[in-house]
Amino acid sequence: MSLIKLTKVKKVYKSGVVAVQELNLTINKGEFVFVIGSTGCGKSTLIKMLYREEKPTSGSIVLGGIEVSKLRNSKVFKIRRKIGVVFQDFKLLERATVYENVAFALEIFGLPKGEIHHRVIKSLELVGLKNRSKNYPNQLAGGEQQRVAIARAIINGPKLLICDEPTGNLDEDTSKEILSVLEEINKLGTTIVMVTHDRDIVRRMNKRVILMDAGRVLKDYKEGEFANESI
Amino acid sequence: MKAFRIIGRNIRDSFKSVFRNFALSLASVSSITITLIVVAISLVLTYNVNHTAEIMADNIEIVVFLEKGITEEGIASVDEQILSLENLETHIYKSKSEIAEEYMGESEVFAAIMATWDEEENPLQDTFIVKVSDTNLISDTADEITEIEGVVAVNYGKGMVEQLLGFFEIIKNGSILAVGALILVTAFLISNTIKITIFSRRKEIDIMRLVGASNINIKIPFILEGLFLGIIGAIIPIGLTIYGYYRLYDFDLSAIMPILELVPPTPFVYLISGILLAIGVGVGTFGSWRAVRKHLKI
Repeated sequence: MSLIKLTKVKKVYKSGVVAVQELNLTINKGEFVFVIGSTGCGKSTLIKMLYREEKPTSGSIVLGGIEVSKLRNSKVFKIRRKIGVVFQDFKLLERATVYENVAFALEIFGLPKGEIHHRVIKSLELVGLKNRSKNYPNQLAGGEQQRVAIARAIINGPKLLICDEPTGNLDEDTSKEILSVLEEINKLGTTIVMVTHDRDIVRRMNKRVILMDAGRVLKDYKEGEFANESI
Repeated sequence: MKAFRIIGRNIRDSFKSVFRNFALSLASVSSITITLIVVAISLVLTYNVNHTAEIMADNIEIVVFLEKGITEEGIASVDEQILSLENLETHIYKSKSEIAEEYMGESEVFAAIMATWDEEENPLQDTFIVKVSDTNLISDTADEITEIEGVVAVNYGKGMVEQLLGFFEIIKNGSILAVGALILVTAFLISNTIKITIFSRRKEIDIMRLVGASNINIKIPFILEGLFLGIIGAIIPIGLTIYGYYRLYDFDLSAIMPILELVPPTPFVYLISGILLAIGVGVGTFGSWRAVRKHLKI
């Protein structure tokens, strides 16, 4: 059953740059998909359109039954509540503790304190940071900061977790840790779409891989197919 | 319950933000405070000038002097014609002997001199004291009375009354203009404070958007922050108004400005305080709403 369906999606920026064209793609519920390609191939534009930071110039993007491309700016929050997003630069609040950073995503919805506490602890447990809840981001290592960002992204129980180069700033061992956390989340039923430059990680994980080039899907590798690729 | 928790969180965040950007908040609060002090002074001045003007208007009289040796019939005829005036509120007749008696009661010197006059020698004139319903038309009414047969002259302080009323009008309009300009400047200053707050909290706003906060969710704390700045800024002017006006009322002003009649402090000071608070809240909210609308394009 598909969670994401892109049909003939095209994105042309105001500058005239064609970032994505003739893009047709279906991602099913529970999948773990890597999106790879050289710089400027359109992979970042693709995921920005998924969480509706960008609007496609033409075509259709359906996410969990909602036509994202037609969503008005004032209604974007409706789709954002169903997805989690993780970035290369973590995007944490420096003046808030780990606990507060994760709780932040629930507080704005007015959830009771007890429920917030329960869910924050559960989320931090899942990423292995329960004992660091009182620390501030600058007291944590890069990998730990990224795990806080993941804990925040999954706290609302999203159907989809979008990861934009989450290991871009991390060393190999830490990257492995992050990937194992993501795999764990995926096993619990969350669909994951991850953009990365790191081909080694992609090979090791044996997941579906979408190779993009010049704004199109160059090749769509099924699970296990990419391991032997030399590109 | 959920709505209360969201409102509670917004209020807490807005309050925190006021103190987080302390220097900026202080600038805005000081500006509101100064503006509201000027507003308070202007309001107190305008209300009191109006009050005094109303009292004066109530007391303006036209003294109508009748011909020397006018007959009873002549007086009755003048009386009838005054009665037919459109702008008439009240009128009473005072004979020269009644006036002489009044004067004699007021001063011993007068009394001594007047005691030597008999009815024939009394140099005073029989008069009518006329009060008009619209003081702005007093000049026309006085002219009409002059035309009546048996009237030799009228007196109502021509020129002086018009000048005084004109002066009061200038004070009133000048105050409104100054207050308006100051309110506008303050609104822009608050707008600027909120703009800087928005920029300093860009990251937080981005994260809020990412985790699915609605536009209202994001905007309300900033608007509340402006509102709080307005309320904080109104505290000192309100205190000063209440304390200052009671002191002013107790102080004997009649020696300096004998014509000024102060409005009694209760409930006047509370009315002024309410207006100040409303202006503070209004200016604060408007300023922050403007900044949010302009700089928080989400």
